[in-house]
Amino acid sequence: MSFINYSSREINCKIVYYGPGLCGKTTNLQYIYANTNQNAKGKMISLATETERTLFFDFLPLSLGEIRGFKTRFHLYTVPGQVFYDASRKLILKGVDGVVFVADSQVERTEANVESVENLRTNLAEQGYDLDKIPYVIQYNKRDLPNAASLEELRGLLNPRGIPDFEAVAPKGEGVYDTLKAIARLILTELKKGT
Amino acid sequence: MQPQMVMYDEEFQQISAVCERLAREANAKIVFLVDKNGQLIASIGATQDLDTTSLASLTAGNIAATGGLAKLIGEKEFSILFHEGERDNLHISVIGGRVILVVIFDTRSSLGLVRLRVKKASDELNKIFDGLLKKVQVPGAGSPFAEITDDDIDNLFSE
Repeated sequence: MSFINYSSREINCKIVYYGPGLCGKTTNLQYIYANTNQNAKGKMISLATETERTLFFDFLPLSLGEIRGFKTRFHLYTVPGQVFYDASRKLILKGVDGVVFVADSQVERTEANVESVENLRTNLAEQGYDLDKIPYVIQYNKRDLPNAASLEELRGLLNPRGIPDFEAVAPKGEGVYDTLKAIARLILTELKKGT
Repeated sequence: MQPQMVMYDEEFQQISAVCERLAREANAKIVFLVDKNGQLIASIGATQDLDTTSLASLTAGNIAATGGLAKLIGEKEFSILFHEGERDNLHISVIGGRVILVVIFDTRSSLGLVRLRVKKASDELNKIFDGLLKKVQVPGAGSPFAEITDDDIDNLFSE
């Protein structure tokens, strides 16, 4: 839930990157962190295991600029993708304003993608959110791999409603900013509606 | 779902005043308030060398995780957490189930004193947040973003 601070003229929104294990959620944040102007970003925090798997979350605060005299700040979070970290995933979805689903394009991960979307829908519902109503975009990551499924196939499985979706190669940054801009835009549009 | 969090100047001043007094009376180094989603609401004390945004996010994560633990053993939540360090200590408490009050203190204070002062400040903060919530729910207290245009949003991404 966005936080409007009239006192400091700031608006804070929370974006969560969701998706199956090893799909590239943390890589998205790392790319954004490495390529964002020093004064527009805060410190990136990664609560990860020794093998660099996300244990609890990654966190990256970003400032996008001003709208009507209000500084817009976005807090980017990732969830741990591995199936058994479900309790942690639920916690991170609290107060979310928009979700980016990062899908792993590899054919072998088809089932993991589908399961993760279902898990997202269930966990959001537990917090009182409807995936079909909140700002939501999809990113098909790892498009450069030879075993990537076709775009049509992925769309058919993961995006029946035709929400904004993007192809990406996160380590190279392809599609990373497009995805971020799309979700930020949807969140601001939602705020405009005053809901 | 939680209600929209809004902060106005009037309440911000009141909250800051309570936090300042708490810092003084508890001999604390730093006092800050965070909402449960990890957004910083106010901070008082020697915060200039401190990454308060990260602190806020991790504090909320900490409360969320211990809240999860509490539920597993049949508790509603753990409303007070205490972390003891070699030099500095952290006292974290949940106020009215919605905001988190963090007090950082060293040997110039004590856990007992901090707990005592936090209790008093919590009641006052709770009242302020009650009032704030009512204010937000009044119809017409609309979002300042109701009038933004698509162009405004486009301009954010123009660089």
